[in-house]
Amino acid sequence: MSQAAVAMPAAAAAPRRKVTRGTVVIAADRCKGCELCIPACPPGVLSMSKTGNHLGYLYPELAPGCTGCTACQQVCPDFVFEVWRYQEPIVEEDTAP
Amino acid sequence: MNVIDTARPPERAASRTATFKPSLLLSEHHHLCPGCGEPVAIRLILEVIQELELTQNNICILGHGCYGSFIMQMDVDSTLCLHGRGPAVATGMKRIRPQTAIWTLQGDGDMTSEGLAEIMHAAARGENVTCFMLNNGVFGDTGGQMTASSVIGQRTKNTLEGRDAAYHGNPIKLAEIVASMDGAAYVARGSVHNAASINATRKLIRKAFQRPMEGQGLALMEILTMCPTGWFVPPGEGAEYMMESLGKVYGLGELKDVAAAASPEDAGV
Amino acid sequence: MSGMRLLDGSEAIVEAAIMAGLRFYAGYPIAPATELLEYMAEKLPSVGGVCVNADTEIEAVNMALGAAQVGARAATGSCGQGLALKQEAIAEAALNETPLVVFNMARNQQDYFQATRGGGWGDYHTVTYAPKDLHEAVELTHVAFHVADKYRVPVIFMGDNLLARTQMGTSLPVPELEKLPAKDWALDGTMGGTGASRWIWTFGGGKANRPGVGPDGYWRQIAEKFQRIARDEMRHEQCFCEDAETVVVAFGSAGKFVEHVVRELRKEGMKIGFFRPITLWPFPADALDAATRDAKNILVFELNAGQMIDDVRLSVEGRRRIAAIGGVSFDDSGLNLGPLLDADIIRERILAQLSGQPLRQLPYTGMGAYL
Repeated sequence: MSQAAVAMPAAAAAPRRKVTRGTVVIAADRCKGCELCIPACPPGVLSMSKTGNHLGYLYPELAPGCTGCTACQQVCPDFVFEVWRYQEPIVEEDTAP
Repeated sequence: MNVIDTARPPERAASRTATFKPSLLLSEHHHLCPGCGEPVAIRLILEVIQELELTQNNICILGHGCYGSFIMQMDVDSTLCLHGRGPAVATGMKRIRPQTAIWTLQGDGDMTSEGLAEIMHAAARGENVTCFMLNNGVFGDTGGQMTASSVIGQRTKNTLEGRDAAYHGNPIKLAEIVASMDGAAYVARGSVHNAASINATRKLIRKAFQRPMEGQGLALMEILTMCPTGWFVPPGEGAEYMMESLGKVYGLGELKDVAAAASPEDAGV
Repeated sequence: MSGMRLLDGSEAIVEAAIMAGLRFYAGYPIAPATELLEYMAEKLPSVGGVCVNADTEIEAVNMALGAAQVGARAATGSCGQGLALKQEAIAEAALNETPLVVFNMARNQQDYFQATRGGGWGDYHTVTYAPKDLHEAVELTHVAFHVADKYRVPVIFMGDNLLARTQMGTSLPVPELEKLPAKDWALDGTMGGTGASRWIWTFGGGKANRPGVGPDGYWRQIAEKFQRIARDEMRHEQCFCEDAETVVVAFGSAGKFVEHVVRELRKEGMKIGFFRPITLWPFPADALDAATRDAKNILVFELNAGQMIDDVRLSVEGRRRIAAIGGVSFDDSGLNLGPLLDADIIRERILAQLSGQPLRQLPYTGMGAYL
């Protein structure tokens, strides 16, 4: 008897949860669009904006899932990030596909 | 993907884990290029100065390079000296004020090209000063020309086809040379191409300040920094390009630590 | 005579410098400035000072800049060849307002242009003192450090081989000089993080929270400062010029020889006077113009191919009255003042020039010292 045969009903699978432990303040007006923060973010929740700042540079935007780890602030040459960590993480249903 | 509002600090209860800039920077504003590694290196240095409680006991001697403009941004007693002459100016200062942390902020062009005699003689004399060399393999300030540490094959404004040893000579591995000199107490090489190496470099910088303040001799701290403008690469690719070019020639880590030799247990700080 | 000591010029200068508060010297051996370095190395440590044997002249002057920028009285030295290497740093000291004394124990008088025109970059001058002998050298050593601090400028002390190596009895008198304010501009490393950190920088840029006037304003202010120095720090010496038909102009050691000859000729009834600039910059132009207004002949005696004579021409009305009676003159080592520096020859040249005779040229001294 192989275990795999026991199928769990799909509806009862634990819903995927999105945990956000922190956030950042982004001084978008100072950003020069170098993108070094994008690959540096461990949870990968930073992505470049579609429109530019007043200098015409695209700048990073934050999606849920930040851990407040400060990697972005470490690598940023233009001091664009201030990092905060929530006392209580935000837990949300992850509606993303 | 919903975009979180990041224009201002959160209302939700939170504690700040990192500020925009170290308090020893008077403002976040500077003119260095997108993707430049120098502001990151300078931030690390200023943070370590605070950690070691040297804030009101240090003087910076800046050389000539993009970093030179930080004389205005750094809330530190500082002078901008002649190109390459930092270690000599530092000698004069330290001999008169032995209790003060004297440090130079130079580039590879400033130190390995223009000021090669100064750094080597200061090392040989064992001057108790900390010398930083931000190494990006080009004269960034003038638009990215070859320096004494440009690596073979590296394209610069005056080596458009790549540095060719037969024509342009070979790069000088200054840290290795200084590490071989009696009088050099600490020689290390770090880089700022990703968060991990930034944190590793912070530890090296700490010792680069400590050894001279312990009177053990000169410390040379080389930090590889990105210069996408001078390398003809997009800013986002600077980190990777650096480790494929300079990173292959200039190995990271500690090249010399006399204290480690003297008392192994405190070397692991 | 209390406290009289028999010292050569180099030792007297070092003793005077230390009495003036010198606490840092960096040098590189080169004749005839080597003795200065040796005495500094011997004497500075005993007063808590520092003497560094630099590995290049450029290193030496930049070390002295660093020591001065943290408030110490500092100096470096060499001869004309060494000062050639130091020109960039001397200009830097002028343009970022770092007080610095640079001793030129010159081999001859051929560094006049180097000292008074300068070989660095930018709009600057170098106050230059040329003592005629050891006694004046002692006084001017104090004055050099005083003026350097008073105006935060580089100052050149123009000595020479004769001064460096001739002994005289001296009690090392200290001249009266006004008290100077504390050096609150100096870097001491204590202002970090206070928002009022200090800076020293040729661009006058200041700090982000307290911007300076910027290069244009800063360099104009420095130019105005040099005008004030030119007005207030000019020094010269003259005698017998009131009724002189001929005035002989000379500086430094040559000035002492010429003064002796002029006094001799004056005793023989000749209407002849003597004028000696003590500051080569600022050149005492107005005083020279006044002293020579009625003179028919102005003779310039300097051991070079004619350099100070340019400043004489710039200073007086009517250039036709001016004639050079000196010339290039080295001993056979090339390191020392030559045979032209001789009272009899100076006398002969004055009289020949005034009577329209050609000046007798001396034979070349050759390579005697090296054969």
